[in-house]
Amino acid sequence: MNQPKIDLSPMVSDEIRKTTCYMCACRCGINVHMKDGKVAYIEGNRDHPVNKGVLCAKGSAGIMQHNAPSRLTAPLKRVGPRGSGEFEEISWDEAYQIAADWLEPIRRDNPEKLAFFTGRDQSQSFTSLWAQAFGTPNYAAHGGFCSVNMAAAGIYTMGGAFWEFGQPDWDHTKLFMLFGVAEDHDSNPIKMGIGKIKGRGARVIGVNPIRTGYNAVADDWVGITPGTDGLFILSMIHCLMKAGKIDLNYLAQYTDAPVLLNNDEKSPEYGLYLRDEDGKQLVIDRVTGKLTAFDKPGVKPDLSATHRAKGVTHSPVFHKMAEMYLSDEYAPEAVAERCGISANRIRSIAAEIARVAFDEAFELDHEWTDFRGEKHKTMTGRPVSFHAMRGISAHANGFQTCRALHTLQIILGTVEVPGGFRFKPPYPKPATAHPKPHTGVTPGAPLNGPHLGFVHGPDDLALKDDGTPARIDKAFTWENPMSSHGLMHMVISNAHAGDPYKIDTLFMYMANMSWNSSMNTGGVMEMLTDKDEDDNYVIPHIIYSDAYSSEMVAYSDLILPDTTYLERHDCISLLDRPICEADAAADAIRWPVVEPDRNVKGFQSALCDLGAKLGLPGFVNDDGSQKYADYADYITNHERRPGIGPLAGWRMGEKGLQSGRGGVNEGQIDSYIANGGFFVEHIPDGANYYKPWNLAYQDWAVGMGLYDSPQPYLFSLYVEPMRKFQLAAEGHGERQPPDHLRQRIKDAMSPLPIWYETDQEGNEGYTVNALTQRPMAMYHSWGSQNAWLRQLHGRNPLYLPTKLMREHDLSDGDWARVSSPHGEITVPVMEMAALNENTVWTWNAIGKRKGAWALDIDAPEATEGFLLNHLIHELLPPKADGMRWANSDPITGQAAWFDLKVRIDKTEAPKESRPEYPPIKSPVGQGPDKLVWKVGK
Amino acid sequence: MTTLPTHTDKKLGLVIDLDTCVGCHACVISCKGWNTENYGAPLSDQDPYGADPSGTFLNRVHSYEVQPPQGEAQLIHFPKSCLHCEDAPCVTVCPTGASYKRVEDGIVLVNESDCIGCGLCAWACPYGAREMDQEEKVMKKCTLCVDRIYNENLPEIDREPSCVRTCPAGARHFGDLGDPDSAVSQLVQERGGVDLMPEQGTKPVNKYLPPRPKDTLPEAGPEFDVLAPFLEPVINEPKGFLGWLDKALEKI
Repeated sequence: MNQPKIDLSPMVSDEIRKTTCYMCACRCGINVHMKDGKVAYIEGNRDHPVNKGVLCAKGSAGIMQHNAPSRLTAPLKRVGPRGSGEFEEISWDEAYQIAADWLEPIRRDNPEKLAFFTGRDQSQSFTSLWAQAFGTPNYAAHGGFCSVNMAAAGIYTMGGAFWEFGQPDWDHTKLFMLFGVAEDHDSNPIKMGIGKIKGRGARVIGVNPIRTGYNAVADDWVGITPGTDGLFILSMIHCLMKAGKIDLNYLAQYTDAPVLLNNDEKSPEYGLYLRDEDGKQLVIDRVTGKLTAFDKPGVKPDLSATHRAKGVTHSPVFHKMAEMYLSDEYAPEAVAERCGISANRIRSIAAEIARVAFDEAFELDHEWTDFRGEKHKTMTGRPVSFHAMRGISAHANGFQTCRALHTLQIILGTVEVPGGFRFKPPYPKPATAHPKPHTGVTPGAPLNGPHLGFVHGPDDLALKDDGTPARIDKAFTWENPMSSHGLMHMVISNAHAGDPYKIDTLFMYMANMSWNSSMNTGGVMEMLTDKDEDDNYVIPHIIYSDAYSSEMVAYSDLILPDTTYLERHDCISLLDRPICEADAAADAIRWPVVEPDRNVKGFQSALCDLGAKLGLPGFVNDDGSQKYADYADYITNHERRPGIGPLAGWRMGEKGLQSGRGGVNEGQIDSYIANGGFFVEHIPDGANYYKPWNLAYQDWAVGMGLYDSPQPYLFSLYVEPMRKFQLAAEGHGERQPPDHLRQRIKDAMSPLPIWYETDQEGNEGYTVNALTQRPMAMYHSWGSQNAWLRQLHGRNPLYLPTKLMREHDLSDGDWARVSSPHGEITVPVMEMAALNENTVWTWNAIGKRKGAWALDIDAPEATEGFLLNHLIHELLPPKADGMRWANSDPITGQAAWFDLKVRIDKTEAPKESRPEYPPIKSPVGQGPDKLVWKVGK
Repeated sequence: MTTLPTHTDKKLGLVIDLDTCVGCHACVISCKGWNTENYGAPLSDQDPYGADPSGTFLNRVHSYEVQPPQGEAQLIHFPKSCLHCEDAPCVTVCPTGASYKRVEDGIVLVNESDCIGCGLCAWACPYGAREMDQEEKVMKKCTLCVDRIYNENLPEIDREPSCVRTCPAGARHFGDLGDPDSAVSQLVQERGGVDLMPEQGTKPVNKYLPPRPKDTLPEAGPEFDVLAPFLEPVINEPKGFLGWLDKALEKI
C-alpha cells in the first residue's frame, strides 16, 4: 500500500500570546497563537486558575469575534433621526469635544443630569471611579437586571454568594444540587466541576423547569414550577429541622442563631438584636449562663436560652426559626402542588441531603484556630454543595428565595467546610464591610463616596431631603430598599418620564438597551426617539460605547468605538470581580495581543482622555495635564489606598517585588504578560476553610490587602436591616415610607426567608410560565452574530411541552401567537418533552433587529428570531388603586424577567415573526458572503 | 476502489462519555478553529452572515430527547465525528485512493491532493461523518488531529486532539483502543462502552460511554423506606422542638 507521507510536526504558530478571554464573563485564560502578526488559533491556558486549559465554544470562536464585520471602525456622529442608523465618521478630537460640550455644563450646574450606566462591564471599579469624580449619583452596571438577588442575598446572609464569590468544594463534595442554572454562570468551571464529580460517582440534582445543559446530565431532574424554588427549599428546611438533621454546633458557633432578639412587640427595637455598648451581638454563654458578646474568647453560645432584662424577654434567632419553619405550612404535602413536585419527592431529596451531610461527614487533618481562640484538631466536612444563579434570582421573590437557599446551606453546616461551599477571596466579606450607597451631589465636585453598596436601615436610603429618590433608577428607595446593584432596566423609562427628575445625557457602555437588554423593547425604542413640544428629544443626549454595530448604536447620538478584547488592556481586579479560586487570590489582565487596525480605542482609555478634558479630579495632575495616558497607565499607577492598586501581583516593596500590598511597579504589566496574563497567590493549608472565623485566613487576608484588620463575623440567618425597614413601615423612626408601600414592606421584608406568590395581578387568562435562557455557546457573549456560533444557534423557536402542544393542536414548525397583559408576539414553535408541563421557553437574544450586527436583513435571526422582551413590561399592570409597580423584586429591584405568564394561541404562519421592525441602516455595511479563514501560509 | 490495511499497529480513537457531555459545543468550535488553520484546506463557511449560513465542520453535537417508558423525558447530547472504523466503507469506496487508513495508528484520512470531490465516501459512511468543503470541493473529515498528536512543536501534554484538550466537562478521551491496558480501553471496560450502530459492520474504533440511569432517587417503595429514617421526626409538635434542642445541645 502506498500511504502518503504527511508532515506530523508542522509549525503551530510563530508565537503564543497569553491573555484573558472576554467572550463571556467567565474570564478564562487563553493562548492566542499568532502567525505573521495575525491571530491564528485560540486555545485555553493550562496554567490558568479559572479554566486550567479547557475552553468553551465561545472562547474558541473568539477569532471570529475579533474579525467580525460588525466591528465599528471610527467615532460616529448621528446625522439622521435617532433610530435610523445614519451616522458620519468623525475624529476622536471631535467626539471628545461633542461629549465635553454636553458634559461640562452638567457637571458645573447639576451633575445628576448625567446617567452613566455600563452593561457587561468588567471594569466597574474604574468606571465607577470616573462617575464618582464626575459627581453624578447615577451610576451602576447591569447587576440589577441580571443577578443582584443572588449577590445581595448571599452577602447579606453569609458575606458572599455563588460564582465569583465562591464555589462548591469540587474535590470533596458528594452531592451537588443546582437550582435554576441554565447553561451558564459560570461557564467552564461549572462544566469542569460537574465532570469531575460525576467522574467519581457523586450525585448531581438539577432543579429547573427545563432539562437542558447541566440539567440534562444531572442524575436527578426536578422540573419545578418557575418561581416556587423558595417554597421547595423551605419545605426541605422544614423536614430537616423536624428531623433534627441540622448542624447545631455550627449554628451555635458561626451563625446568629444564638443571638438574642428583642421580643417586646411594643418596643421600637422589637425584633432587633440585643447588643452591648460596642454594638456587638449578644448571646447566652452555655458555660457561664451569662449574657456575653458573641466573639468573647471561650464563649459557647446557647441556641436555646432566653434572657429577660428591663421587663423585656429576649430569645435567640433560632427560636424564631423553629417557630416559623416547623409550621405545617411548609410541610411537603402543603407545598407539593404549588411546586409541581410530589411530597414524597421532596422528602426523598431532603432525606438524601441529610444522609450525605451527616452520614458521609468526614474530617480533614488541618489544625486551625477560630476567632474565639479555640484550637480545632481537624476540619469537619459535610459533602453537600449547592449552586444557583439567575433562574431563582430573576423573580419578584428572588431575594427571599436566594436567602432560603443560603439558610439551607447554613443549617446543614456546609458553608466554608470541606465538601461544601467555599468562598473565593476577597470573600468572605459581610455586608457591614462593604460601603453604603452615596448620593451627595455638589456641582463641579466629586460625589461624596461610592455609588453602590449595602444599606443597613432606612437611614441609608438614597433619598433627597424632600424624600424623593436621589437616583434616576430609584435604587435604595422604599420601592426597593436593598438595591445594591442599581436598576439599569429602569433608567430609560424613568429618564423619559422625568421621574424622579429629568436628565440631560445618558451615557452607556456595552448595554443593548434598545433590544435584548430591556423589558418592553418596543416601548424603549419609542422613549429613546420621543420628542417634546419643542421638537427636542425627551432624553436630550445619548453617548454610547460598543465595539460592534449592536441595535443600541442606532439609538445614540455619539458613538465611541471600543476595541475587541484582543486589542485592549484590562484588569480583572481584586477591587472588582476577580478570578480567585477558593484556594487562592488571583487577578489577571488583558493586553493588546494585536493592535487595532481601525480608528478605535478601548473605552476605558477613552474615559481617561475624556476625564482629563473635563478636568475631573483623579484624572488630571496638579498642573491640569492628563494624569493617565490610557487604561494601562491607570492600571499600573492608580492606588486606591496606599499600597493597594488595581493589580495585586508584582507590586514594589522595600526589598523588591511582592504580592498584595506594595507600591507602584512600572514593569507590572510586563510581569503579568511574562506569567501568562495572571497572578495567583495561594492560601496556606489550614487557612483555606472556615475562612470567616479562621484566624490564619483572616491574617493572610490582611497581609494581602483584602481587609485592613481581621474581621470575623457571624452568618446572618436573620437579616436585621430588613427588620429595621419593617419597623419603619410599622411607624417607628423618623424616616417613614409612603403609606401605599407600608404593607408591602411589612410583608416582603421578613428578616427570616419566606416565600410569596409572584403571580402578577391582572394576569387572569395568562397561565403559562414563559422563560428564556442563553445557549452555552453564547452565554454572556457580546455577539451572537459570530459566524461560527450562529451556525450552532441561529434559530430560536418557542419550545412547548408535549401537553401544551397537544392542547393547542400544534406541530413542530407551526406558529403561535403568544400574548401577555403587555404585548403580543407571533413565533414558530417546537415540541420539547423534557420540560415542565406548564412552561414554554426560548433561547434569549438570538433574535436580531434587521440591519444590526452586519447581518443580512434576511438572516433568520431577523426574520424568524424573536425576543420575549416584547411581552415583559418594566411596570406591572395597574393595581386596584391605579398604581403601577415596577416589575422587580420589592427588596432589591432585581428585574423579574422570569415571572412572565403568557397565553398561547395557534395561528396562521406569517411571513416573519412579529412584531416586525423596519431595518436600521448599518454603519458598517454587511458581512462577506464566504469565509475561508487561514492566516498562515 | 481503495484497500484497507489488513492490520494497524494501533487503533487510535476517541471515547466519548454521554453521561457527562453537557452539549456545550466546545469541541465543535475548537475543532473548527484548529482544522481551519491546519491540516489541508481551511474549513470554509458559505453565507456566514446571511440567510442560510453553512460551513464545514468535522465534529458536530446533536441533541436527542429520549422518553423512557417510565419517568421523565431526558435529553442526550451526542457529539459525532469520524469513528475511524476498522472496516471503513468510506475508504474502500474511494475511486482514487485519496481516502485511506493509516497503518501505524488506524486514523482514516483524506489525501486532499488526490481527492476529486466525487462524494462517494460521504454516501458510503453510515454515520454522516464526512463533509464536502464547498469552497475547496474536497472531502473533509476528522483527522484525529494527526498534526497535533505527534507534533514535536507542541508540549507533550498537548499532543492530543483539540476537541479532547478543550472539553470543559472532561467528556472526551483519546488513546489506543487496540491496547486493552490503555486508559481508554479500561474506561470502556468499566463503563460498558459501546459501538455506534454495530449492525453496520464497520467496526468503529471510537466508543461511546452510555448515560448512567437517571432519576433514581426513590419516591415510594422499599428504597424510599430506606431513606425515610433520615427524616424521622425528633418531635411531633413545634413546642417539642425546644425540648429536643436542649437535650441535643447537652451532647455537643
